[in-house]
Amino acid sequence: MAEQAQMQVSDEVAIAIENMNKWFGSFHVLRDINLTVNQGERIVIAGPSGSGKSTLIRCINALEEHQKGRIVVDGTLLSSDLKNIDKIRSEVGMVFQHFNLFPHLTILENCTLAPIWVRKIPKKEAEETAMHFLEKVKIPEQADKYPGQLSGGQQQRVAIARSLCMRPRIMLFDEPTSALDPEMIKEVLDTMVSLAEEGMTMLCVTHEMGFARQVANRVIFMDQGQIVEQNEPEEFFNNPQSDRTKLFLSQILGH
Amino acid sequence: MSDTHAQSVAFVRDTMLPEQAPPVSEAGVVKWMRENLFPGPVNALLTILAIYFVYKIVAGALPWFWNGVWTTSSLAECREVLNGATGGCFSVLTERWNQLLFGFKYPSEQYWRPLSAFILLVVAVAPVLFFSLPRKMLIFTGLYPFLAYWLIWGGTILAPLFGLIGLVVAFMVFRRVEGRGFATAALAGLVTAVVVWWLGGLLAAALPGALALDPVPSRDMGGFMLNMILGTVCVSLSLPIGILLALGRQSHMPIIKWICVVFIEFIRGVPLITLLFVANVVLSYFFPPETNLDLIIRVIIMITAFASAYIAEVIRGGLAALPRGQYEAADSLGLDYAQSMRLIILPQALKISIPGIVNVAVGLFKDTTLVSVISMFDLVGMIRGPILASTEWNGVYWELWGFAVVTFFVVCYGISQYSQWLERQLQRDHH
Repeated sequence: MAEQAQMQVSDEVAIAIENMNKWFGSFHVLRDINLTVNQGERIVIAGPSGSGKSTLIRCINALEEHQKGRIVVDGTLLSSDLKNIDKIRSEVGMVFQHFNLFPHLTILENCTLAPIWVRKIPKKEAEETAMHFLEKVKIPEQADKYPGQLSGGQQQRVAIARSLCMRPRIMLFDEPTSALDPEMIKEVLDTMVSLAEEGMTMLCVTHEMGFARQVANRVIFMDQGQIVEQNEPEEFFNNPQSDRTKLFLSQILGH
Repeated sequence: MSDTHAQSVAFVRDTMLPEQAPPVSEAGVVKWMRENLFPGPVNALLTILAIYFVYKIVAGALPWFWNGVWTTSSLAECREVLNGATGGCFSVLTERWNQLLFGFKYPSEQYWRPLSAFILLVVAVAPVLFFSLPRKMLIFTGLYPFLAYWLIWGGTILAPLFGLIGLVVAFMVFRRVEGRGFATAALAGLVTAVVVWWLGGLLAAALPGALALDPVPSRDMGGFMLNMILGTVCVSLSLPIGILLALGRQSHMPIIKWICVVFIEFIRGVPLITLLFVANVVLSYFFPPETNLDLIIRVIIMITAFASAYIAEVIRGGLAALPRGQYEAADSLGLDYAQSMRLIILPQALKISIPGIVNVAVGLFKDTTLVSVISMFDLVGMIRGPILASTEWNGVYWELWGFAVVTFFVVCYGISQYSQWLERQLQRDHH
């Protein structure tokens, strides 16, 4: 699996982060982050809570503003220029811990809204695309319902479909299974695995180490706002180098 | 479950129990009465007392309605007819009906004009209130303000027509220039509108007879019509202004934010009645000396400003109630500010704010009666002034004020019922 995954990775750089720093007030959340993600790479970011992993991926689509360093996404430099930000956001899909579906719109409308308004795609075509992706996440029959009528797992799959409808080149997952009941985690992970198999560039903040082993071609461990260790999953789990990583792994894999 | 398993804790249900109807004592009228009217001795006593009071009130009021006189032309005549019996002199309503509705100066042969404006108002408002109606009706809603102005105030149709054309052309210019930034486009649109209005003003002045209705000056507006004019105009203006103020108050641009904060806090800190006195006396100092802005327009400005400050705060509450995730989801999909506000944030925030907005709208509608203090003759002004002061009807209080109460209650209760219906319509969870 890992080797097959390796093959799909291209040389083309999807995301380049150089010496990036971020502060919340006077609190230094991200310290000197350097990270290059190639097109087709699947990266899992792990680490204790408060280590800055969510903040890191939220900087990539400018939901958080970084104060120092450079972020280049798909060839576009992330600056305070709103045009660039909107361009990057339309190329980068994001899935949130709490789904953040739009409760006043149907599932189908949730999926067609951005393609229609941002991509200016005709309504009918957008609806066809939406149904295609809803079938892919295996809930086409819910298209006319409202998010409040769906279970958490279904909502999260809709959220994934909603992002995919924009045909993004990169997908960011911010703890996509952390708010779910255990029996629903699998259906969301399955969706993510099939997405990975198609070669989508993915950055996932998650505690699902099984998922990391299965699909990631790189695992990044963060602590106190810095990248402590990164490696291929086999090496990362079987032969962690830093003490901090060893402690973390013993805590989450210990039981 | 045979005896062999009597000692065992293991249990397997092999058939599911069917649903059963509740016992008879748990349903029907008997249950309702026992639960709601006579659940205990104290409540039973209260129920009986309440029935007694309701009886006393109805018994006292019914003859007053029943013996009511509807056709006399003065209070003295009415008392003669009643001859000491209990009864209302409702003839004041029939005799002064037109004055109560239109004031005492609106030319009586022109009553059809405000009347048809009112009927058309229903048509214009319907598609805004009921989403199931065809969206094409909104075109008429857009035309209605100009049509209604022409019907009620009269004069040449050129004036409202150019008002409309100015807006349409300005909007077209705005769309064309939009690519070069919002501020430039807004300015270009504004300039276009002013130019068109100025040209239209010249033309209307040159051709005062083109498709003209008899002009009626603003000071001749009165009665319930005046309340309706002020209520409709101010509610429909203050809602969009309130939304803009609420968004402005949340803005990251300090100047816009502070303008909105100062406006809202100032207006909320001042009684409406003071603002109306300002409108009546002081406001004209702020305009060039030769402009003679209609009193009605000055009053509309003040009531609108007042209501929009309140609506802004209500909507700010709605905006604050939305989870941050909604903003982030909209952002992460690449929607720009205007799109995310219009498509994601405002629909939800406004839905949360409906009770508050309706509260302000109902309050505003009732507050239109305050204009009676600055000598405008709305429904209350008419009753207080020309009608009660006349020799024929001096002393008819219950009937007149009762009429005012019923009229306002019907409108306000209607608004409140509509808002509750709307809230149910917009419910999106668990159904």
